[in-house]
Amino acid sequence: MARIGVFVCHCGINIAGVVDVEKVVEEISKYPDVVHAEHYKYMCSDPGQNLIVNAIKEKRLDGVVVAACSPNMHETTFRNACERAGLNRYRCEMANIREQSSWVHADEPEKATEKAIQILQVTVEKVKLNSELKEAAVPVTKRCLVIGGGIAGIQAALDVADAGYEVILVEKTPSIGGHMAQLSETFPTLDCSQCILTPKMVAVSRHPNIKLMTYAEVVDVKGFVGNFKVKIHQKARYVTSDCNICGKCEEVCPVIAPNEFDRNLSPRKAIYLPFPQAVPARYTIDTNHCLGLNPLVCGKCKEVCEAKAIDYDMRDEEIEVDVGAIIVATGYELFPKEKIGEYGYGVYPDVIDGLEFERLLSASGPTGGEVVRPSDGKVPKVVAFIQCTASRDPDSYMPYCSKICCMYTAKHAMLYKHHVHDGKAYVFYIDIRAGGKDYEEFVKRAMEEERITYIRGKVSKVFRRGDKMVVWGSDTLSGEFVELEADLVVLASAIVPIPDTKKVANLLKIPVDENSFLKEAHPKLRPVETLVQGVYICGAAHGPKDIPETVAQASGASSKAIAILSGKELYHEPTTAEVNMDACSGCRVCVNLCPFSAITFNETTHTVEINEILCEGCGTCVAACPTGALKLRNMTDKQIFNMIRAALSGGD
Amino acid sequence: MGFEPKIVAFLCNWCAYSGADLAGVSRLQYPPNMIPIRVMCSGRVDPQFVLEAFKNGADGVFIGGCHTPGDCHYVVGNFKAFKRVVMLKKMLAQLGIEPERLRIEWVSASEGRKFAEVSKEFVEQVRSLGPLNYGKREKA
Ligand SMILES: Cc1cc2nc3c(=O)[nH]c(=O)nc-3n(C[C@H](O)[C@H](O)[C@H](O)COP(=O)(O)OP(=O)(O)OC[C@H]3O[C@@H](n4cnc5c(N)ncnc54)[C@H](O)[C@@H]3O)c2cc1C
Ligand code: SF4
Ligand code: SF4
Repeated sequence: MARIGVFVCHCGINIAGVVDVEKVVEEISKYPDVVHAEHYKYMCSDPGQNLIVNAIKEKRLDGVVVAACSPNMHETTFRNACERAGLNRYRCEMANIREQSSWVHADEPEKATEKAIQILQVTVEKVKLNSELKEAAVPVTKRCLVIGGGIAGIQAALDVADAGYEVILVEKTPSIGGHMAQLSETFPTLDCSQCILTPKMVAVSRHPNIKLMTYAEVVDVKGFVGNFKVKIHQKARYVTSDCNICGKCEEVCPVIAPNEFDRNLSPRKAIYLPFPQAVPARYTIDTNHCLGLNPLVCGKCKEVCEAKAIDYDMRDEEIEVDVGAIIVATGYELFPKEKIGEYGYGVYPDVIDGLEFERLLSASGPTGGEVVRPSDGKVPKVVAFIQCTASRDPDSYMPYCSKICCMYTAKHAMLYKHHVHDGKAYVFYIDIRAGGKDYEEFVKRAMEEERITYIRGKVSKVFRRGDKMVVWGSDTLSGEFVELEADLVVLASAIVPIPDTKKVANLLKIPVDENSFLKEAHPKLRPVETLVQGVYICGAAHGPKDIPETVAQASGASSKAIAILSGKELYHEPTTAEVNMDACSGCRVCVNLCPFSAITFNETTHTVEINEILCEGCGTCVAACPTGALKLRNMTDKQIFNMIRAALSGGD
Repeated sequence: MGFEPKIVAFLCNWCAYSGADLAGVSRLQYPPNMIPIRVMCSGRVDPQFVLEAFKNGADGVFIGGCHTPGDCHYVVGNFKAFKRVVMLKKMLAQLGIEPERLRIEWVSASEGRKFAEVSKEFVEQVRSLGPLNYGKREKA
């Protein structure tokens, strides 16, 4: 027999002005197992809470129902009060008779009273079978892993490190910096990208709390929030930290390879520094192009290296680290060349994409900042910019808007005019989306002050005629067909997630959306969290974004990570699912249903197991288990059946 | 007195239950016939619960969850609930219970107005169907 106490709150007149609280107390006193019932003006006040504490002690109550406002308001208040009286906090529940009765049935006081009684009965039935539960405490490893060293990862790493926690920043390529390092100048202020990025890159390399691992990749992730075990594959770069970037090795290296940093518009050697400001400032031997290290074929670079920094015996390593939180910032790529057929991209050298154009504009780029055509090195006098290439085209390409291209195309056209004063720039667009601070003004400036011709319409075809690129399109404003002879065509290609995104997502068990961008836990309210607790996302890996938005999101993600790292222990709601091993038939229906991958199949016992830290207590698995082997703590089938009966009992 | 339908309403904590709270905070009025049972996720609603409600004298059963896709706190619990409702409606028809007595609705935490409106609508719908008396009918 349970000993339940019921406490009915007037909430001033909010409840008592409609619901007959005396009648409620009178009726609920008759309900089986209710041994105490009273009403009071404000239950949440100190004297109100004391009524509950005293009654628990005096009447040896083993369960409490507070009939008052929504549990979303005061559940914690009353559970704390119960705990003070020595009653387990999960033996206390609230019956919501304000938001869901007195306030919504103000014109029907009798019926509101009746409904209040019924809600109370339902809640009493629940409490009766509530178990005493304890939150699971999990220790926290005070270290954060950041995957990806673009501006998103850099910002996140600095924020977490500045808060006093250790950070391991893992970058796949030999240097951090990401795409921002490749940009010339940045909209809307046209400040030089390198100038604002380099100090941050240096700050990362000098920060005592940051361990930077470049040329490395995460290959395995196990564990859960507060306690992840991560395996990192560190590739051998064959150059030690003794390197002083004198560059002698590069001079003697006989191998020419494409320079990916310059989007293959220039060559590099097999031993190379990705770009002058690279962090770490250290050369790397690219074994895909090196004539051979094992066995050694050439060996010229080692001969000239005065710093004795070259070590041909270096080997790849696997390194294991423990971290408490993970931030994913793996960034984006541009839509692959080969796939944009109608614009001749990848066929004609003078059809290039936005990042290639950035390299042409950049003072440290392959042409030293001179805008010339890749085919013959001539200065282009007419340039056509085509927006929305492979974006907003659900039939053939990506359905979404890449968001930043309207802005960077305006920037490109402007910078082109700054480089080639007598040049003519044409922009083909569907419509202009410049919804950011000072963005609209920026595009206006391109149109009005810089005299760039904007043609509203889609381009159907680009082809070569003599040494010109011919652009066919339509001007939807005049309704006329447009043919333009240009020297250079620049495509604002769609922003797509890097091909690895899915692989990384799988490692972390976080979902991706239909376009393979990382998916947030809630599109509005939890934009940097993922469904896996302790794993956060930021930057263009989550969707097309510009630098300001990326940086803001990175700081958001780091504050979420810091919230986890700053706790001594993590507490987890104990209202999780549990398995009755004897009843589990091993059918595994539940395994795939669980959105949090909390259920695993144990091959030895042939039953499932639930990780209570991963389980969020939704109960979806419980509702689906055909043998009834799964139970949701404090919301069992039996409880719900009793609650249904209580909801329907009485009155006719 | 006329017929007052009895309705059990399973409301998911994050969306429908919060939407119902907001209806309260906004003082929107709707008929008092639905008795709410708070579940964490609409995906928790086992088809048996619906049948049990009808067996025990409910004239209607309401399930409130988060909007699809994307709003469910637990990702896809609402989809699971929806699929179960489709199946349940077929089953109810076979048992001689009008499928219209079961209703699933997506109500977000910010849709207090929608909660009040669908409550009104559903109560009227069940009222026009008349009493079910399924439990009594079975015994008879
Ligand atoms: C042509 C063009 C012009 C632009 N101009 C502007 C501008 O003027 N102003 C502006 O605000 N924005 C501009 N942008 C947008 C800007 O480039 C992005 O907002 C920004 O680079 C996003 O940063 P990120 O760190 O999210 O991604 P990225 O820069 O893509 O960085 C991701 C990093 O993660 C690394 N990585 C990937 N996978 C892994 C892995 N598995 N493990 C470890 N590391 C990994 C990558 O190597 C890379 O270093 C422009 C974009 C383009 C295409
Ligand atoms: S020669 Fe040696 S020190 Fe100089 S850049 Fe090459 S590896 Fe570094
Ligand atoms: S209750 Fe939900 S979160 Fe927990 S194991 Fe079952 S399906 Fe997964």
